[in-house]
Amino acid sequence: MRLISRARVPVIARSASDEAIQLLTEVLDCFAEPVIGRACARPLARNDDGDGVRTIRIGSGAGYSGDRIEPAVELAEKGDIHYLVFECLGERTVALAQQSRMKNPDSGYDPLLEERMRAVLPICASKGIKIVTNMGAANPLAAARKTAEIARSLGLPSLKIAAVIGDEVLDACKDGDLPIMEFDGSIKQLGNRLLSANAYLGAEPIAQALTGGADIVITGRASDPALFLATMIHAFGWAMDDWNLLGQGTVAGHLLECAGQITGGYFADPGYKNIPDLARLGFPIGEVGEDGALVITKVAGSGGAVTAQTCKEQLLYEVHDPTRYLQPDVTADFSQVRVEEIARDRVRVSGGRGTERPATLKVSVGYVDSYIGEGQISYAGPGSLARGRLALEIVRERLKLTGVAASELRFDLIGVDALHGANLAARGNEPYEVRVRVAGRTENLREAVRIGNEVETLYTNGPAAGGGVFKSARDVVAVASVLLPRELARPQVHFVGG
Amino acid sequence: MKLREIAHSRTGDKGNTSNISVIAYDEGHYPLLLAQVTSARVRAHFAGVVEGEVVRYELPSIAALNFVMTQTLGGGVTRSLALDAHGKSLSSALLDLEIEDDLST
Repeated sequence: MRLISRARVPVIARSASDEAIQLLTEVLDCFAEPVIGRACARPLARNDDGDGVRTIRIGSGAGYSGDRIEPAVELAEKGDIHYLVFECLGERTVALAQQSRMKNPDSGYDPLLEERMRAVLPICASKGIKIVTNMGAANPLAAARKTAEIARSLGLPSLKIAAVIGDEVLDACKDGDLPIMEFDGSIKQLGNRLLSANAYLGAEPIAQALTGGADIVITGRASDPALFLATMIHAFGWAMDDWNLLGQGTVAGHLLECAGQITGGYFADPGYKNIPDLARLGFPIGEVGEDGALVITKVAGSGGAVTAQTCKEQLLYEVHDPTRYLQPDVTADFSQVRVEEIARDRVRVSGGRGTERPATLKVSVGYVDSYIGEGQISYAGPGSLARGRLALEIVRERLKLTGVAASELRFDLIGVDALHGANLAARGNEPYEVRVRVAGRTENLREAVRIGNEVETLYTNGPAAGGGVFKSARDVVAVASVLLPRELARPQVHFVGG
Repeated sequence: MKLREIAHSRTGDKGNTSNISVIAYDEGHYPLLLAQVTSARVRAHFAGVVEGEVVRYELPSIAALNFVMTQTLGGGVTRSLALDAHGKSLSSALLDLEIEDDLST
């Protein structure tokens, strides 16, 4: 089997004194010599089994862009971690960030970048903890420059910061006029509604940045598990065609990528699944051995719990066929994974496997889809359900009478049928209060506004005692996917500042 | 009894597809899940919600099933008109499924 790695990714250095970009392709021989020992500022830990297997501890500092910040600080301070990873990039975030970047070329990265970096950089710098994050969103270079500026302002000018770029593949997608996976149509048919196309990059350029000495690596669109997998590839020198190791590493990354979702968040169900102290939920740590051995844990004394149940739920989260979890670096197989509680808040996860990586990369395509108008109003007390239903009928008729041009409409009673529809709602009892919700899809903002207005006029024209109107109208940037031949995406690593 | 008594569940989303895991608390109940929580029953339970197909994947090593339901999220999470565009609340609905517990397993 051909070995795929070994510094294939061009590295571009940017000196602090000279902004000129210097191409250093093939200069850094990432994996030719053992990198253990210089991978981290302090020696790698031995695992608890005392068998001498080298182990890294990876903390997961965010599960989405708006996530809590202090659990990440707790991980850096008390987690004894080598790496801190922040996964902050939702499906459509890059498309929205791209819109922002078009207005201001220095923007387009995560709005919480500065707050997060200021919170963790001093601790991470003092302990030698490396940071990997996709907070670069649509502008990793600007995010890296901003981070360098923050580091200087914190008295940490020697931190080496790298940006991974090359996930932007709009031109390649247009050239190929690739078909959309979610609906009939192609890239070209989106016309001027097309905003962005970003490929999910793999672990390779991130690992290369780490091996090039980066203390902080900032990416745009990259596969979430790859942010974690890169630290393992870097620390242990895993070959990029060792599919079983990459598959098990992907299990680790997948389990960690949603942060609190494996330590008891998105899990508690009182009486059935009790989780202590969710207000102080601790974020997870993955202990990964060079042989792929994995233990999920968290900082002692933090809130939440790591159990076999929390790990099993997260293992299948957003997974379709468990034998084929498609990643840029591997086709991971979760079907033989075993989960075993070995101590309190310590769960061993084994059995992840893999086969050859796909020939294509998934590309997230952002486009302007439509506009959505919405209005809500509440009714309570005896007869509220009937008044809520009457209100919906009135708005339904008003939208027809006044000719609001909506291609799709939705009439909900929150508290009754808004979440699961009428069939499942029929199993429940009559509620004390209901909230009417009408939402519709339109072609422009003006029409969208009219939908909320027709709910608002229920105040003086609708059923008795309606209160608490809310209305909104917004444009919808949606995301679709295409598959791009992987060789058409060319990741690069840039070093900034330092 | 309700499925909730013997299993827990989590919903995930990708585009217009929802996946719901069903995980036995006690691995001894896995055969009950296999026999009774079929894709046909899940499809019927979510009538009006799932517009596509329901495919079931089996994971005996963790005593779990994974249901993948296409055309379920109002045209896709990023464009849906639904209050819960991600369908995150769907797992709770599935745990309301009735399970016959007098069968020998």
